[in-house]
Amino acid sequence: MLMWEFIIPLMAAAVQSGTPILYATLGEMMTEKGGVLNLGVEGIMAVAALAAFVTSFATGSPWLAFLAGGTAGLAFASLHAFVCITCLGNQVVSGLALTILGLGVSTFLGVPYVGLAAPGFDPFAFPLLSSIPVLGDIFFRQDMLVYISFVIPFFFWFFFRRTSLGLHVAATGEMPAAAAAAGLKPVALRYFAVLTGGFLIGLGGAYLSLAYTHLWTNGLSGGRGWIAVALVIFAFWRPGRAVIGAYLFGGVMAFQLRLQAMGTHIPSSLLLMLPYLLTILVLILSAWRGRRIDAPAALGTNIEPEA
Amino acid sequence: MTGPPRAMRGGPSCDRDSMTEPVLKLSGVTKAFGPVMANENVTLELRPGEMLALLGENGAGKTTLMSILFGHYVADSGEVEVFGRALPAGSPRAALAAGVGMVHQHFTLADNMTVLDNVMLGTESLLSPTRDTGAALTRLTGLMERFGLRVNPRAMIRSLSVGERQRVEILKALYRDARILILDEPTAVLTPQEAQHLFATLHQMVDQGLSVIFITHKLREVMAASDRCVVLRHGRVVFEAATAETSAGELARAMVGSDIPRTSRPEPRQGKEILYLDAITVRGRGATPLLDGLNLNLRSHEILGIAGVSGNGQAQLADLLSGLIVPDDGQMVIHGKRVHAPSPAAMLAHGVGRVPDDRTGTGLVADMTVLENLSTEVYRLPAFARRGIMNFKALASRARQLVQAFDIRCPSVDTPVRTLSGGNMQKLILARVLSGAPSVILVNQPTWGLDVGATAYVHQQLLDAAARGAGVVLISEDLDELLQVADRIQVMYQGSLSAPVPAAGVDRAGLGLLMSGSHASPNAATGTTARSAA
Repeated sequence: MLMWEFIIPLMAAAVQSGTPILYATLGEMMTEKGGVLNLGVEGIMAVAALAAFVTSFATGSPWLAFLAGGTAGLAFASLHAFVCITCLGNQVVSGLALTILGLGVSTFLGVPYVGLAAPGFDPFAFPLLSSIPVLGDIFFRQDMLVYISFVIPFFFWFFFRRTSLGLHVAATGEMPAAAAAAGLKPVALRYFAVLTGGFLIGLGGAYLSLAYTHLWTNGLSGGRGWIAVALVIFAFWRPGRAVIGAYLFGGVMAFQLRLQAMGTHIPSSLLLMLPYLLTILVLILSAWRGRRIDAPAALGTNIEPEA
Repeated sequence: MTGPPRAMRGGPSCDRDSMTEPVLKLSGVTKAFGPVMANENVTLELRPGEMLALLGENGAGKTTLMSILFGHYVADSGEVEVFGRALPAGSPRAALAAGVGMVHQHFTLADNMTVLDNVMLGTESLLSPTRDTGAALTRLTGLMERFGLRVNPRAMIRSLSVGERQRVEILKALYRDARILILDEPTAVLTPQEAQHLFATLHQMVDQGLSVIFITHKLREVMAASDRCVVLRHGRVVFEAATAETSAGELARAMVGSDIPRTSRPEPRQGKEILYLDAITVRGRGATPLLDGLNLNLRSHEILGIAGVSGNGQAQLADLLSGLIVPDDGQMVIHGKRVHAPSPAAMLAHGVGRVPDDRTGTGLVADMTVLENLSTEVYRLPAFARRGIMNFKALASRARQLVQAFDIRCPSVDTPVRTLSGGNMQKLILARVLSGAPSVILVNQPTWGLDVGATAYVHQQLLDAAARGAGVVLISEDLDELLQVADRIQVMYQGSLSAPVPAAGVDRAGLGLLMSGSHASPNAATGTTARSAA
């Protein structure tokens, strides 16, 4: 029974710390489905986390703050969209610049808020569902933003499998020329993918300052953005696998914290490496399976305008 | 080759011509890319139920013209009218809505999506909450039945053959109720049988009231399949006639602007064996081997043609002879010596010269100069370098000689190669290869994208090299080219080669069957089967 007492809270914590990663992974997946690689996830999350925190601090409304985080993500991603889609800039360089910029901006603007607290989202037992044995304890004693994140993968799946717009976005990521030949506007579709993706990534950032903690500290994003980029590959661009991957990483992060708290003799710096070791491992395994074929075929390439 | 359907339609289509308005009218279309006039005051009409061939050499402006019609480009001046109504410029959507369907030379299909998804793309309103795949499937299957264009609608594009992909492109247009179908170089990637099937399908469409324009530079197809033909040269319409009232020779002169340079061909000589490939197998990562027990026997003084639809292992055969891949099984013997560790340097040392198919990718370094590109295989020789210090004076004088000898048109040897035309790039590669006096020459798709003049030049160089005693392996997807210059032909299918047949007197149908794998057993006496199939 002791194992259950350890494992169930650990799994609940895995879901909680996996949630921001899930939002960010789905956001990056949306971006990449449209054919754009966005390596600015880490920076977008940091900026969105601050925007959400400041909004909550100023207005006292966590819901408004959550939307503010998404909007900040969208706005920040629009920089990337402009540079890559309109100016035909290099997607890797632009994304890296976005990360560096985002981390710097959030640290700088966040100085007055360091250590302050703001209203956020607290866990509550979801009616009925929380009484399911084991599963209820893991999944349904969480905060509202976690519950919202449960629904998004289904929307994501439905969007790409069942709607015309989803088909258009996917075609743009696979072959912009095919979309253009079908009379669509691949440039507009790519903007849509990057901005929607930025919004989702922003929600992930907002989760960090509104639910994961209720206070502002520097470096809240803590490498989660990079993990999200790797998880998209691990997930083969499928939302269902993104959920598994996000909770797996959430689990490793939670486990590592717990080990530290229990006072093991393993140096904490080694434990902190765990998620990143897992990232490398996951990427090696994905490459081994040779499933590169699942990547959107036009990922990372720009659409050259016709004369 | 498609006689019966044409004969059947002969009468009524003539009546319609005189009575009805054109379905498509281009008037005074002009388009310049910088200083280059791609189209100059082009006027063209397509009549209902007509099969129009648009002819011209590479760079004559055929594709640009059709891209303007389809809204990919905006013309500088001129008008496009479809069914009597002006078509707004620069909008593929408007062109589609007006009933114009286009089958691009490079297919615009997304590999990782299904046939159905590709066909449906852009046909449904964004406002409808979900896609009606059921209705689309019914409609698509109906079209497949009606026109005999069968493809599995649930298959991923990447699993389809080139011929099947083309069918999907045509279905895409039909699905959108295209009344005018434009095909850009539709037979470039097809076997002769597939091409014949395509033209039969097109005739069926014309019989059902569609009008078709096909772009090509193959005169044989024009003569066999079209009702009328228009020739473009340097962006202008230089010739227009009913196909029945013209001849292939007349069309060829119109395309080139003068008589076609002829290649002179020496009598074939029986040389000694210089290259021998015995049961070469390259497995690769997939389930089927890339090269599968391949046998090849090359003699001096001959050009051995390798025919086949692309993707059947030609790239791997070229890589093998270039020393870029090491076979898993079998042996390679050059001049009686077995090549134990193939590498580009080893092949070069064995006297193998290589003309790759991808000129700017593997043949040349596009951003480097003519001089540097001409020097890439010799700069380490004692004549040009001492202790690692290169002697640019010697290299430059060698380069100038080669530029002159091979008539490479460039401002100077210091010009970056990327500014040269395709023909001059190919001359440069030939100069580099032939100056090394190789005894075995591998040539892969040497005339792809070249105009008639440059093509004749390349052929003559290969014939001359063979006359001097070299053996040439010529890989080409263009049967006409092989029949014109090769002495013997082997057909590549799924990684192995058929037994060689003499090029003189061979029939296309037999080769076509081999190309589609019908008589694919490499050990069978395919030479006789090919001829008996005629």
